[in-house]
Amino acid sequence: MLQRWKRLRERTTPTDILMWLIGGAILAAIIWGSAATLTTGRYTSHHWFDFVIFGLAQGSIYALIAMGYTMVYGILRMINFAHSEVFMSGPYTAYYVAAAFYSSGLLDRQPILCLIIIFLVSMGTSTLIAVLLERVAYRPLRTAPRLVPLITAIGASFFLQYTFRGLYGSGFQAYPVVKILEGEWMIGEFRILKFQAVVIVAAALLMAALYFFVQRTRIGKAIRAVSEDKEISWLMGINIDRMIVTTFIIGGMAAGAAGVLYALMFKQVHFFMGFIPGIKAFTAAVLGGIGNIPGAMLGGIFLGLVESLGPSLFLDGLGIVAPYQLKDAIAFIMLVLVLIFRPTGILGERLAVKKA
Amino acid sequence: MRQGLKIGLIGGIVAVLLSLIGMVEAFSQRDIISNVVSMGHTLLLLVPVFMGYLAAKRTPRTEPLWGIVNSLVTGLIVGGSLALLVIVGSLINLRKVFVNAMPLLYELLTFKQETQIGVFLLLGAGVLSGLLAGLLYLSPTLVRRVLITSLGSIVMAGVLQDLLRPTFSLWGPLAVINEWLFTANGLTLHGAAGLFILIAAVSYFWAQRGSSIRAGLRGLPPKGQRVLKITSSIILISILLTLPQILGLFLSEVLTIVGLYVLLGWGLNIVVGFAGLLDLGYVAFFAIGAYTTAVLTSPELGFFNLSFWGALPFAIFMGIISGVLLGIPVLKMRGDYLAIATLGFGEIIRILVLSDFLRPWLGGAQGIGKIPKASIGGFEFAGPQQIYYLVLAGCLLVGFVSYRLRDSRLGRAWMAVREDEDVAQAMGINLVTTKLLAFATGAAFSALSGAIFASKLSSVYPHSFNIMISINIVCLIIVGGMGSLPGVLVGSIALVGLPELLREFAEYRLFVYGAALVAMMLLKPEGLWPEEVRRRELHEGVSVKTESESLSGNEPSRQ
Repeated sequence: MLQRWKRLRERTTPTDILMWLIGGAILAAIIWGSAATLTTGRYTSHHWFDFVIFGLAQGSIYALIAMGYTMVYGILRMINFAHSEVFMSGPYTAYYVAAAFYSSGLLDRQPILCLIIIFLVSMGTSTLIAVLLERVAYRPLRTAPRLVPLITAIGASFFLQYTFRGLYGSGFQAYPVVKILEGEWMIGEFRILKFQAVVIVAAALLMAALYFFVQRTRIGKAIRAVSEDKEISWLMGINIDRMIVTTFIIGGMAAGAAGVLYALMFKQVHFFMGFIPGIKAFTAAVLGGIGNIPGAMLGGIFLGLVESLGPSLFLDGLGIVAPYQLKDAIAFIMLVLVLIFRPTGILGERLAVKKA
Repeated sequence: MRQGLKIGLIGGIVAVLLSLIGMVEAFSQRDIISNVVSMGHTLLLLVPVFMGYLAAKRTPRTEPLWGIVNSLVTGLIVGGSLALLVIVGSLINLRKVFVNAMPLLYELLTFKQETQIGVFLLLGAGVLSGLLAGLLYLSPTLVRRVLITSLGSIVMAGVLQDLLRPTFSLWGPLAVINEWLFTANGLTLHGAAGLFILIAAVSYFWAQRGSSIRAGLRGLPPKGQRVLKITSSIILISILLTLPQILGLFLSEVLTIVGLYVLLGWGLNIVVGFAGLLDLGYVAFFAIGAYTTAVLTSPELGFFNLSFWGALPFAIFMGIISGVLLGIPVLKMRGDYLAIATLGFGEIIRILVLSDFLRPWLGGAQGIGKIPKASIGGFEFAGPQQIYYLVLAGCLLVGFVSYRLRDSRLGRAWMAVREDEDVAQAMGINLVTTKLLAFATGAAFSALSGAIFASKLSSVYPHSFNIMISINIVCLIIVGGMGSLPGVLVGSIALVGLPELLREFAEYRLFVYGAALVAMMLLKPEGLWPEEVRRRELHEGVSVKTESESLSGNEPSRQ
């Protein structure tokens, strides 16, 4: 017992202690703030229900984007920084289809069909961009030192952003309103906005499909094999290039679908819209353990909830003015905290130090 | 043939993309040669020439005829793609989706002719430039080099006319050259021809005699070399000191901005280039430096009302402290995790500064104004022509410090950490202090730059400190060559100076940055001006290393 204590003491460095102090302070602040908010009773249960639903909707979008990050990281061991632009390109292109449907009145007459086409266009564009990205920017660098693909990805991200800005213009485009998604449903005494419910359900279905694809089909198995060990799976007769492209296709499709959901929720598209959701989805992927698909889903939903509950739950209680402005800061602080204290994420293996 | 088709298709896509994002239109406002060739046309022309050259290069040298055919096909396809764009554009209105598909674009693409004639002209231009590229590739090295240099310098003279014209016109005898060479927009035809002949002659002479002259200089006795070195540095310093007077107000402003980026670049170079820690939140320290100066000096807040010189040490001190504070948490992270974590830090700082929560102290979205200018004695660093000297002093200081640090014990420890952390630790390098020193030094330089920035603008706003600044700095380091001090200089001039000079260019700045980053990583990952030590190492090696091999030694954190 004494020896174990001694060994522990030898291993802990001053920086470790400092880190734990900071962590403890943040935890204390969260608990203190939450207690303060809850005792004042400023928010009713209806408020909290709204926050949770909004968090779930936002979180499931993050989760869908995070799939792309996590799968690409699993197979290539690189952060696809340009994934946020894959996410942006889909809904931005689909906007023109949606606008055409809206002005021709088709969107009101055949809303389901139109939505399906919008989704397909968006997923198609995102997939195309993802595949092009892999082919042009990442494939030649597969054996390069680790920093090289990351810098390429950053470059590609800005290149794509400003290409779309040049093509479609720099303004915000308002997504047309889909009438059947307006309004609200009542569950008991709680009301739930229709589009939020649709976003949650659609994202859940897509994630389930993706999970099934990766876990149960032959291609999914091959992708998992390549993530485990490239050389061995090559010896087993798996076409590595094709599996990597497939990964990018899946990630692109998920991002494209997430993009339309995002556009339906926030009702606008912009060439820079991918940046913040992209970083948050990456946070979600890290949170769940990067490389781990169920982890990315969990992480996304958790992040969405924290972001929507956090400002009113603990920042408000701490007496901070206009806590909603710090919503993004919460996400980033969480990212940094996870990277420091649990780089493995909720479900992941320890990658940050060993393989990174 | 297949090579030609493939490369031609890529070139076609590139050309159409350049037209649709509006770059060709924007660039066509400026003429290279007055009323003959605009920058937009040059940009478009470069696509088939470059692609045709590539196609010829990809064909085996033993079959020169096929090389020409390939580049011809490439040129034809590039021209054809643009022709297709014109035809499609004349049939349906692309402008509903693509905002830049304006009538002006079609006018440019068809050379102001009818659609039918314009399409043929486009095809012809494509074929011609493809042919030119093929011939260029097959011509002897000397001819090729002379041609490329002289044509390139005409383009450069046209691009930089706003820089050259006012400079020339300030000086009596040179004003004559100015008259002869330039019109209000672009070079004159005879000026271009003259410049072409002059540069061709010079580069021909240099190609013939250059190596012997260089050998002669190297063969000088040590004393002679020292004299040469001292004279050249005296000339350099006197040019640097008189630069704002020569260049005038606008160009001094550009110089100051470039200088600030050089400062930031050298600071980040220590973190990224020397120690190999990719920091994407570097702007945070810039912001901390600027805000510390603002809070301490601005009478608007009225906390301290120090002078600039009183606040400067605090700003640098705050930079160092925050460098260490932000460095500690990320000590154990490597590579991409570090990049994302630092990016998060940068955003956290910006969001905090922007928030209403800290408004009483930091001014919120309105920022802080009325920051006093720096002054020594009676000399106030008010306008860009004076602030230039402040920036220059900062640059010299930081440049000297990083130059001395590079070969010091600490510098070598940084490079060891960059090459392999585990081995470095095994060799007895204390990773914690080494990394923290890198973060702290980089942050100090950045804070210094921020302080100068605050006094230059007299005000600070949270929006000046967004992620783009970090990306800009990373870009210029990468383009210049990681870890290379002159590389940062070259990178800043190319990536910050040029866009400031070319206002049309400003909108496409980040587009070009992104493309430059990707292209650099794919084609020349060691940068434009790689570190001298690396280059020497490579040439002394027993085996002749290929470029990709030299890369793996050049890049940090290879696991």
